[in-house]
Amino acid sequence: MYYAVVSLAIMGGIFGLVLAFASRKFAVEVDPRVEAINEALPGANCGACGYPGCSGLAEAIAEGKAPVDACVPGKEAVAKKVAEVMGVEANANKERSIAQLMCQGGNDKCKNIYEGMGFEDCHSAVAHFKGPKACNYGCLGFGSCEKICPFGAIKMGDNGLPIIDPYLCTGCGKCVQNCPQQVLKLVGVSHLVHVRCSNKDKGKFAKQACSVACIKCRLCEKNCPQDAIHVVSDEQGGSVAVIDYEKCTNCGICATKCPTKAIEKILPIDNTVPPKTVEPEDTTNSNCGACGLCK
Amino acid sequence: MKDLFIIIVSAVLIHNIILSQFLGVCPFLGVSKKLSSALGMGAAVTFVMVLASTITWIIQHFVLAYYEIEYLQTIAFILVIASLVQFVEMVIRKFSPALYKSLGVYLPLITTNCAVLGVAILNVQTEYTFVEGLFNSVGNALGFTLALVLFAGIRERLELADIPASLQGLPIALITAALMSMAFLGFTGLL
Repeated sequence: MYYAVVSLAIMGGIFGLVLAFASRKFAVEVDPRVEAINEALPGANCGACGYPGCSGLAEAIAEGKAPVDACVPGKEAVAKKVAEVMGVEANANKERSIAQLMCQGGNDKCKNIYEGMGFEDCHSAVAHFKGPKACNYGCLGFGSCEKICPFGAIKMGDNGLPIIDPYLCTGCGKCVQNCPQQVLKLVGVSHLVHVRCSNKDKGKFAKQACSVACIKCRLCEKNCPQDAIHVVSDEQGGSVAVIDYEKCTNCGICATKCPTKAIEKILPIDNTVPPKTVEPEDTTNSNCGACGLCK
Repeated sequence: MKDLFIIIVSAVLIHNIILSQFLGVCPFLGVSKKLSSALGMGAAVTFVMVLASTITWIIQHFVLAYYEIEYLQTIAFILVIASLVQFVEMVIRKFSPALYKSLGVYLPLITTNCAVLGVAILNVQTEYTFVEGLFNSVGNALGFTLALVLFAGIRERLELADIPASLQGLPIALITAALMSMAFLGFTGLL
């Protein structure tokens, strides 16, 4: 017993000394900014930036491959600190984006054409004839976005469509990337008019599949005073109305003219309400972005 | 001399550490996408394996056996291997940042690479002399590198092959590994 403890301790001591010597001898100079940026980042390793963890993002920012405000959950506070390290001005007035659902075909509007008995998952459903919904382009309603949202901003509604909380959504885009139907889009919060339909079939078939589908009547196009909405065709010959958000002034004329109510004008979000965040568990940690991941 | 040659041939081909003894499969699948990084990994493992089994042999015979504390074998060996890996990591990071990047997480994982620990323990268990043990670990390290390089070569070609969607990536790699393992079984009759 005595020998065991002593011999292991001596071995450990020798190896430790050798390593300590080697680390001096083979020290690699790293960019001190990487360390500083890493300190400023929340350290939640949520992956919303698309880099492997916060340290991965810190390296990318130091090398100039990522913008200083690449940490979405950290919001302005973290961006400011990182900008300080990098010696640049953070663009504080950059508009926040949130996810918008480009579909209104809930269970009441868009019927199932077969009984889905597989996994309760959109990716699984889309492999079976594009899902049970009559519309091949719309939301499948199995809630893959709800499961992937790291911030609890998406809840599945009673009609089988996800409801996105604009105050909780950080615009990280995880749901947008994950949606197999690509019916979620990141749109700036100031934009209020959205085409809530992604169906690219001809008007007759779109209407058969869903009562609130875009029927390509082009009434919106004709009535738009800003030339901001167009029925855009893709390579396969399908088409759907799309709003050019750079031109749109939120007048909402298209929404009132749309015969199927596929275009919706939503209420502006109340900017006086501070973004809903989870109370930081550790108030001593100034880096806490209050993303709520720790809960 | 003849014995030493037999030990090397046996370690490289007949009892290949990956394809016949199935040790060290993690880096075999992880670092075999590119031939260049497979060679780098092979070199790193060769260095760690030879040095580790030499030091562990000395520790086993002059410390553990002397004080009759052989039950500490695993922890003492892991201590040696972990320190060596740290050392190798520092050296590679200093002299070849590109290789350091391409090896990624698999470099620190040599610490717990069962091939390295396996060879160290096998050297002791088969009661090799110091020189025999040295040749055995060199042979095993060469066998590891050989398997890794061959596999990386095949996988580079697989990238261009028309593989059914459901088999792309790891599934076809595992099938390939199994076929390679069967091919290496053919060396059994060599000696």
